[in-house]
Amino acid sequence: MGQASTAETYLKIENVWKAFGDFYALKDISLQVNRGEFVCFLGPSGCGKTTLLRAIAGLDIQTTGAVFQDGEDISALPPSERDFGIVFQSYALFPNLTVEKNIAFGLENSGIARADIDKRVTELLALVGLPEQAKKFPAQLSGGQQQRIALARAIAMSPGLLLLDEPLSALDAKVRVHLRHEVKDLQRKLGVTTIMVTHDQEEALAMADRIVVMNHGVIEQVGTPTDVYREPVSLFVADFIGETNQLDGVADKKGKGVKMGKRRFASATHTHADGVDVIAVIRPEDIIPHGDGARSPGAPDKVGEPGNTVETTVDEMEFLGSFWRTRLSSPDLGSGQVVADFSINAVRRMDIQVGGRMRIEIPSDRLKVFAAAPEPDK
Amino acid sequence: MSSLDALGPDVTAKSRIKPKLGSDDWIMRGYMIVLAVYLIVALALPLYAMLSKAFETSRFDLAQFEVQVSNEAGAYNQPAATLQQLNNQGNFIAEGDLATSSDGRLALTKFFPDFSFRSPVKYRLRGLNDEAVYLVGSERFEGTKPAEFDSNTFRKVVIRPIQGHGLANFATYFSTPALFQSIQNSVFIALVSTIITVSLAFGFAYALCRSCMPFKGVFRVIAMAPILVPSLLPGIALVYLFGNQGFLKQFLMGESIYGPIGIVVGSVFFTFPHAMIIILIALSISDARLYEAAVSLRASKWRTFWTVTIPGARYGLISAAFVVFNLVITDFGLPKVIGGQYNMLAVDIYKQVIGQQNFQMGAVVSVVLLIPALIAYIVDRQVQRKQVALLSARSVVYQPKPSRRFDLSCLAYCALVALFIISILGICQYAALVKFWPYDLSLGLTNYDFDRMDGGGWDAYRNSIMLALMTAVIGTVIIFTGAYMVEKTKGFNKGRAGFQFLAMLPMAIPGMVLGLAYIFFFNNPANPLNFIYGTMAILVICTVTHFYTVSHLTAVTALKQIDCEFEPVAASLKQPFYRLFSRVTVPVCMPAILDIMIYLFVNAMTTVSAVVFLYSSKTTLASVAVLNMDDAGDIAPAAAMGMMIFYTNVVARLVHAVVSRYVLGRTQGWRQR
Ligand SMILES: Nc1ncnc2c1ncn2[C@@H]1O[C@H](COP(=O)(O)OP(=O)(O)OP(=O)(O)O)[C@@H](O)[C@H]1O
Ligand SMILES: [Mg+2]
Repeated sequence: MGQASTAETYLKIENVWKAFGDFYALKDISLQVNRGEFVCFLGPSGCGKTTLLRAIAGLDIQTTGAVFQDGEDISALPPSERDFGIVFQSYALFPNLTVEKNIAFGLENSGIARADIDKRVTELLALVGLPEQAKKFPAQLSGGQQQRIALARAIAMSPGLLLLDEPLSALDAKVRVHLRHEVKDLQRKLGVTTIMVTHDQEEALAMADRIVVMNHGVIEQVGTPTDVYREPVSLFVADFIGETNQLDGVADKKGKGVKMGKRRFASATHTHADGVDVIAVIRPEDIIPHGDGARSPGAPDKVGEPGNTVETTVDEMEFLGSFWRTRLSSPDLGSGQVVADFSINAVRRMDIQVGGRMRIEIPSDRLKVFAAAPEPDK
Repeated sequence: MSSLDALGPDVTAKSRIKPKLGSDDWIMRGYMIVLAVYLIVALALPLYAMLSKAFETSRFDLAQFEVQVSNEAGAYNQPAATLQQLNNQGNFIAEGDLATSSDGRLALTKFFPDFSFRSPVKYRLRGLNDEAVYLVGSERFEGTKPAEFDSNTFRKVVIRPIQGHGLANFATYFSTPALFQSIQNSVFIALVSTIITVSLAFGFAYALCRSCMPFKGVFRVIAMAPILVPSLLPGIALVYLFGNQGFLKQFLMGESIYGPIGIVVGSVFFTFPHAMIIILIALSISDARLYEAAVSLRASKWRTFWTVTIPGARYGLISAAFVVFNLVITDFGLPKVIGGQYNMLAVDIYKQVIGQQNFQMGAVVSVVLLIPALIAYIVDRQVQRKQVALLSARSVVYQPKPSRRFDLSCLAYCALVALFIISILGICQYAALVKFWPYDLSLGLTNYDFDRMDGGGWDAYRNSIMLALMTAVIGTVIIFTGAYMVEKTKGFNKGRAGFQFLAMLPMAIPGMVLGLAYIFFFNNPANPLNFIYGTMAILVICTVTHFYTVSHLTAVTALKQIDCEFEPVAASLKQPFYRLFSRVTVPVCMPAILDIMIYLFVNAMTTVSAVVFLYSSKTTLASVAVLNMDDAGDIAPAAAMGMMIFYTNVVARLVHAVVSRYVLGRTQGWRQR
């Protein structure tokens, strides 16, 4: 996993382990975050995202391993001696203080003149788009507004690092999508290094510069959103992010291929030894109707059919607005059935209908192959 | 990542990160330790002093000394004999009488029946081991050096007992039927009172919760009234109603109110609000959906009651039962006033200590009383924990539907209970105003001339208010900050667990036991804190400690409802915890803080049991004055003082209500949207 070599490392995590009794919530986590970068920790519930975030904040210090911020070893420091702002899922706004008092909480008592504090609060309120709400109590605001106040409070003291633990998950879907952009814009404007925890893959894909995919206390993959989506390094990542078809097969002798039923499919990234049980993964939108578009079919294989194509029956079609979700079956496919997403145009052009037959193509560069044996971890 | 499993279990102490403590952590831990020391001094050490007293034995060891007697010419012809041998021959002192208290003394002349102080006979005395101690007058001798005395000196020689530890005191206790009969009496009274109170309280709570009867608010207020008076007040009312000159005496059909009947009726009165409120909470959190399910299954009302209502409230019922049992068995004021010859454990402690000055036996009875109190406490804690689990899973609130017949019967029932409570209070007030019961029933204020009675007069009343105010303020500060430290300190788990244990302990300690323990601990001249004995300070400390647990739990509950992310946020904003505490935590918890204050105030006004051992002539208290005036036969003034406590508490509660309102309006504006 190559880091962008020009960027400067701001936060460095080295071999961090965190034990709760006998249970390890974090196992040998190493990670670097660049200055100004927006990084998302993404993973299923209980995988250790919050634990890692709290270790970075010093709220629950790791059992072993080191954390460096801006070149300084902060591994053992209490939160009050670290440099970060934080927003929790609950927002943790002080309910008995007005919005402006909440935002000013860290500014007061730090030697700043009253007038400067007021100026800064006004500025922050304008920044998060709530200039009118200064005198209200948190309970008088909507969830989205509260979230923005919590954000304003977290950045009030211009911290070097902004930590967000599922900041949007308490909001309803529409507000959430809207706030994604606002938070991202704000982060870009301030240029503050930001780590956000989420278990919503869409959120991570939309907001992050880089995504850290976690599972069972280990990092599965670190990469840009397109990286982790297009080039997952493990079955877990492929499965967790986006939709996948998972087809059982066996790695083929002739290399670069997977045998499923009578057919053999080529895969560009194939590295497995012959005879190994594998799972071939293809995303629904990567499947294309054979003969549609400009794609060149692979060389005909020995059965005499065009390479990486297969004849299927259309079992089911579901119109999802911008595309058709289609369920196709063929005895030649590992699990017998695949889901493919076809554009409205393609459906019209190819006259795809329920009950009809069609030949689909599985591009070899989009077919990913992973070992089927359970991961040694556990 | 290949070294995953190899590294995992191999986290050595060397590589383990030792978190650096911030200044907040140090302050919080330090403060918690200070409070823990307070609780150790105010609770653990006195209890330890009391326990060791109960197991301490003193006994004259006759084998320790040897005496040789000369003839009239001064020649020692007879061989020396130990006191044991002399006693075996002459049987001067029965074996049982050798057990004594720590300051028991035994004169040696007892072993010489023909002793005369004018005789020229001489005595040679020798200790047989290093522990042998005897006194000549007030001069102390020890060890094995022989000494010779003439007759006139010999009559001043006494030996001292040896100290040991053992169950001898308990053996004495259990071989004294008059004492251990009290165990049976106490358990019997507590059981009967528990059954009656819990049944009555359940009916009352059920009516409040499940009917649409009118005046629910009024009934609630009346049901809580007994909390505002000392437990001995219903005893005084019963004396007026059914006592020797009571006008309802014939209703008892020859039975006397002085004894079990009086204790049970009075106990029902003063424990009723405690049981009612616990059951009311249990009933109001049970899930309405279960009732809807029962209705849809066409279950009969009766079946629904037994299969849904009772199981739903079972934790409340069990908890109420143990609370009532504990209150009754540890109560002292009521059986003292109306118990007559019927002995109860708590009164025994008082009689042993105040009546007979037998502190050791008082300690023994205390240990005996601790056992049922501890059991009741442990069961209650277990049950409460289960109920909390139930509470978090609750869902829909039950909304009763009007039903004329049911509502009317509920109304009638609650009216009866309310009448009982009001008449007890009413009769006390009436008796207090009547000039000379039952001969001159005209009204006047002569009984309020407390300064002319024993018991401390109006000073006692002023002292009580002082005590209540100081307990409320100091206690709330200590208890709330203590609860904050327990809840919010990071790490330091052993320290927190220890503090939590100390905070929960007072609830298990009956007031009489606590008071006696304070005597043993603070009245010891060797104790550097001895100077607070007999002052207001010891009364405040004792009362705060006595009522610590309930207040602590109130505070903890309130603190648990606060977002636990406030502290991390404040730390990230570089703010010390005490700024968060004063700006946010205290204002948000203000309702709970005020509740703790009024709880401490009311209890400090009414408590008798612990302070009865600790007041001095300068710090007499109103509640104790009620007891003492009643003891001296001034029953009407006792009733008058009891009602003064009642009115004071009513005023305190009104003030509390007004202040709560005001504070809510000012600091809790955020609560209304
Ligand atoms: N204080 C704790 N004591 C014991 N186990 C803990 C503690 N905190 C977390 N864990 C365990 O560590 C694991 C990781 O928890 P963590 O809160 O980091 O998960 P998460 O990835 O944030 O999940 P979610 O998406 O549900 O918030 C979980 O299995 C959790 O049960
Ligand atoms: Mg989490």
